[in-house]
Amino acid sequence: MNAKDVVRVENLGVAYQHEVVLKDISFSVRENEIFIIVGGSGSGKTTLMRHMVGLEIPAAGRVYIRETDIADAPEERFYRSLKQIGVLFQGSALLGSMTVAENVALPITEYANLPESAVASIVQIKLSMVGLECYANHLPSEISGGMKKRAGLARALALNPDILFLDEPSAGLDPVTAAEIDNLILHINQSLGTTIIIVTHDLDSIFALGQRAIMLDKSSKGIIAHGTPDNLRNHDPNPVVRRFFSRKPPAA
Amino acid sequence: MNPVSGPQNAYFDIREDAEGTLTVFFRGNLDMPNAGTCLRRLSKALKARTPQRLAVDLGRVTRMDDYGAMVIMRLVHQLGLTRDRLELKNTSEDHRKTLSLIDFGQPECDIGPRKSQNFIVQLGESTISALRGAAFFTEFIGAMVYSALRVAKRPGSFRINDAIVHMKTTGVDALPVVGLISLLLGLIIAFMSSLQLSQFGANLYVASLVGLAMVSELGPIMTAIIVSGRSGSAYAAEISTMKITEEIDALSVMGFDPNLFLVMPRMIAAMVVVPLLTVFASLFAIAGGLVIGVTVLNLSPDAYIGQTIDSLTLFELMWGLSKSVIFAIIIALTGCLRGFQARGGASAVGNAATSAVVTSIFLIILFDSIFAVIRSFW
Repeated sequence: MNAKDVVRVENLGVAYQHEVVLKDISFSVRENEIFIIVGGSGSGKTTLMRHMVGLEIPAAGRVYIRETDIADAPEERFYRSLKQIGVLFQGSALLGSMTVAENVALPITEYANLPESAVASIVQIKLSMVGLECYANHLPSEISGGMKKRAGLARALALNPDILFLDEPSAGLDPVTAAEIDNLILHINQSLGTTIIIVTHDLDSIFALGQRAIMLDKSSKGIIAHGTPDNLRNHDPNPVVRRFFSRKPPAA
Repeated sequence: MNPVSGPQNAYFDIREDAEGTLTVFFRGNLDMPNAGTCLRRLSKALKARTPQRLAVDLGRVTRMDDYGAMVIMRLVHQLGLTRDRLELKNTSEDHRKTLSLIDFGQPECDIGPRKSQNFIVQLGESTISALRGAAFFTEFIGAMVYSALRVAKRPGSFRINDAIVHMKTTGVDALPVVGLISLLLGLIIAFMSSLQLSQFGANLYVASLVGLAMVSELGPIMTAIIVSGRSGSAYAAEISTMKITEEIDALSVMGFDPNLFLVMPRMIAAMVVVPLLTVFASLFAIAGGLVIGVTVLNLSPDAYIGQTIDSLTLFELMWGLSKSVIFAIIIALTGCLRGFQARGGASAVGNAATSAVVTSIFLIILFDSIFAVIRSFW
């Protein structure tokens, strides 16, 4: 692993029953960069992310988070690695029986070793970062989809992770809210130095945020392109990639 | 500055000058792993101090994140100062960027459970909620009657295949548990009654007691309670999940009547299989009684079965079956109603299932009491 690589995926293969979903996926993510995983629906983006955060065991290959093989690490090391990462799930995955503030406080209370009185302060800071300070006492069912995404982001940021995984952070949001979320991600990357890995097919977000990207393809079940989003759109030799980034359907 | 006092440790030094300015010199990493310990030590070191001004020197801080900024914010709060009485010294660009995340004047958010309202508000809310529940129930029953009329008018609109699936899950799949519980119930009733009846030489009447008790009373009620726990909760959980995931809204906008689509098949399935399960339960209980009669009371199987048949009338059987049909309607309607009433997230599904079981068991017992009263005047 290169000294500046924080995540490395080596020859990853994923299969469900007898169906191969992903094969021979290899790439690495550098410290402090915003890395984008793109691809059409059903190309295996979320599946790849679930393997990268240790939710699923790869059928083949390895995933390293800062030198730790996430699928093969001893339990203590695995949990130590988990504390270095934050994950925003596509549906936000807030616990419905807890308020927004309680959701954010959950990992802080468990792992940050703060006096009880200080937990509320740090929760306040996290909620201010995502612009939700006025909704601390609301239940997830009482706030909008965009707010849920923000609250999920605040929870993912609770322990100041080194690496943040975001699954479709702007999916289902209006363009203004999506742009606000993009700005927030950029701010987190710049002010906290967090490495951010985003799974998305939202072109606006890809061009607003992405420093490097890989593209997954459903038919080849692997990576068909990698580079900067601009290069992929303008200079990639694969017409499937150029069409995707230019938003053009295949010719009839 | 003329330092006059200063406890020192790995995280900070403190000095206070004669003009009442307290300076905290932080050092090292002022970040998430260190914030808790640093705060506790600061809080101890600053107990009972009341400086006029606070200065925070970050010159020797190598790394600071928002947890570190939070330490400074709490320091200001602990000393009872405001932001304008805080001076930040030797701050780097990174420190300033991190400190910009903090609003020193903002009140802390409340992360405890939501505060409960006072009694009057609670009473009012409960009353409104109960009235809304009653209105919803009335509307639901009305919609069900309307759906039933539509099915009667156009039988083709009834989803028979769904009903057959529900008959299997509610009825066939419940056979083992209903059979086992009824067999054991028959054993218990026979054994306990034999203790008394044998004193009068009336062992044979154990058969009558088991038969009558099960066919007219315990069979319907036990079966209904088991089905309520197995299937009533499942109806509520399924429908509440569909409600939360907007599947019911999808059915509505596609022009389907959710009651016809979801409730009618379940209700008809329950009305068919619960009486059958009741018969099954009574037979198994009689078999349990027979085991005790033959092995403990030395009765012959022929005598036991003959006595059971003699003591039962068609009226008893029909009475038990009529009750079980009513219980089936209660179970299906309550399960579906609680499902439709669900709101919120995952916890709403659990609440719907629990509420369906509790409500239907209560209603089953209530209706059984009403049946008992009716029968006493028969």
